[in-house]
Amino acid sequence: MNNLAARHRAEQRFRLYGILAILGALAALTFLIGTIVVGGIDAFRKTVVALDIALPAVTSQNRDSVDFEGMAKMALRELVPPAPSREQQRKLNALLSTAAGDDVAARATGEPHRARVWVRASSSLDQYIKGNEAGRLDPAQRDAVTLLQKQGRIATRFNTEFFTEGDSRSPEQAGILSALVGSLYAVGIAMVLSLPLGICAAIYLEEFARRGRVTDFLEVNINNLAAIPSILYGLLGLAVFLNFFGLPRSSPLVGGLVLALMTLPAVIVTTRASLRTVPPSIREAAYGIGASRWQVVLHHVLPLSVPGIMTGAILGMARALGETAPLLLIGMVAFIADVPRGPLSPSTALPIQVYLWANAAERGFAELSSACIMVLLLVMLVLNAAAILIRKRFERQW
Amino acid sequence: MVEKEKVRASGVNVFYGQKQALFDVDLVIAEKHVTALIGPSGCGKSTFLRCLNRMNDVIPDCRVEGTITLDGKDIYAPAIDVVALRARVGMVFQKPNPFPKSIYDNVAYGPRLHGLARDRATLDKIVEDSLARAGLWVEVKDRLREPGTGLSGGQQQRLCIARTIAISPEVILMDEPCSALDPIATARIEELIDELRENFTIVIVTHSMQQAARVSQHTAFFHLGRLIEHGATDNLFTRPRDERTQGYITGRFG
Repeated sequence: MNNLAARHRAEQRFRLYGILAILGALAALTFLIGTIVVGGIDAFRKTVVALDIALPAVTSQNRDSVDFEGMAKMALRELVPPAPSREQQRKLNALLSTAAGDDVAARATGEPHRARVWVRASSSLDQYIKGNEAGRLDPAQRDAVTLLQKQGRIATRFNTEFFTEGDSRSPEQAGILSALVGSLYAVGIAMVLSLPLGICAAIYLEEFARRGRVTDFLEVNINNLAAIPSILYGLLGLAVFLNFFGLPRSSPLVGGLVLALMTLPAVIVTTRASLRTVPPSIREAAYGIGASRWQVVLHHVLPLSVPGIMTGAILGMARALGETAPLLLIGMVAFIADVPRGPLSPSTALPIQVYLWANAAERGFAELSSACIMVLLLVMLVLNAAAILIRKRFERQW
Repeated sequence: MVEKEKVRASGVNVFYGQKQALFDVDLVIAEKHVTALIGPSGCGKSTFLRCLNRMNDVIPDCRVEGTITLDGKDIYAPAIDVVALRARVGMVFQKPNPFPKSIYDNVAYGPRLHGLARDRATLDKIVEDSLARAGLWVEVKDRLREPGTGLSGGQQQRLCIARTIAISPEVILMDEPCSALDPIATARIEELIDELRENFTIVIVTHSMQQAARVSQHTAFFHLGRLIEHGATDNLFTRPRDERTQGYITGRFG
């Protein structure tokens, strides 16, 4: 028994390796999430400037003809010492977002009145207030900002536009709604198509098909398809759905079809695996009472394998939601300011939006990119939680 | 007591792929009697049992030759619906295998499947009767909604028997129904088999010769895929004709 100590030491060593591995993974994950949160948390706040404006009476007829943006600029000019040159006036105007006029318009009513309106600041002022980019404001602008701050006219608010707007060329006006809606359409279509198709195919192959050359051939190919690089599905979608069937480019419908093709093999493989985990004794019991093959599947095998099928669905959905490459090829990588009205209108997806914003030059887009990642992760968490809940409901013991 | 023929197997050969598991088996099973199939492991007794309700159909590569008749009708004839056959020939398995459903649903599953109950009250009656005949009613009548998998091993096996008799089969096949149970549960099942004999034809596979002697009126001894000897249980155990039977029942091999 002289090797007993060595055996115990080997176990201790292995435990140590295990703990180190977990710590390493945790550290990497914490660093990743930490970087994203630190980089993106600012995007949920926006800088606003308080302006006192004499609002005219506005009706639905004349609303479009009123120059609200000009009013905002005039009001700002009144607050700071008169600027000598047009050039400096232009710089002062650059402190306000081009959407400031919309904030003013929102306050106008049928009665003329004077009001203090909080309007959106431009991205450069926003970044200056958040302490990210001091160099983008010149000394004159900084003096004006200091003056406004002394008067308590600069504040930060929750950035609701981030969730209610589509993409924009100006970071302070850009939001994720169009990408979020596009993503939900695409993933929804993908799941609605690939889950029933995949589950039916798996049931047929596992429970009904006779084992033979054809099923072996199919099995090998399905396993291969599950491992194919996703960009090839993008090429396939481009060739088949866009060029052959002429479906609208950039639409979440095509995106969903491509993602469905991509997740289909994974769904089939995981469904077959979970059908196989149902103990043969349950099948025999049902056959022994005189259940038909289909009744055995429907009453016993399928309910018992729902947890496994749901796991496959979760994995497929998570992959579809985070997939970028195939969507690039079918044109979902576009500047989309409007929220898609349906699965046929042009749209983009969350991971693509991350990619677009990460490529943009302005500092304001960098934090948007990180914030978009946070939303993407959150959507994924919510969808996963829903799927896990369904799984828990069906989990039984035998 | 007049013995009426219920099942007749003649010239039955069974193959699993290339391997032959049963060789030319001829056996008559008498109505409302218990027939025990004994023999060492791998002798084909379970295979033969599974031929009687065509459970072998589910196994790929399994081929059955010869004829097996139930009340004189060939059960392997193309016109026979295997689902209807299994409603007449029920089966209880080696390991208790209740569905992961409630006790009630376990018993009610068969009647629902075959549309035996028109309304809720009839179904309740069938469930109660079946559980009572399986000797389980008193123990479970207050917990019919609890999962059948929560019962003890012996109770689970009686639940499986209740589930089988709920569809009123004519023949009940039992594949080593007591091998996973303790002696007390085994004794209960054996009593039950003796009671069920009044209404059902029972074929039981068992590894225990004592059990075969206790519960059966007929015994058939299988060895290496062949039916060596069969006859009245008393005769077979006291005066075996074949030396292999003699060897097996006296414990020299097996």
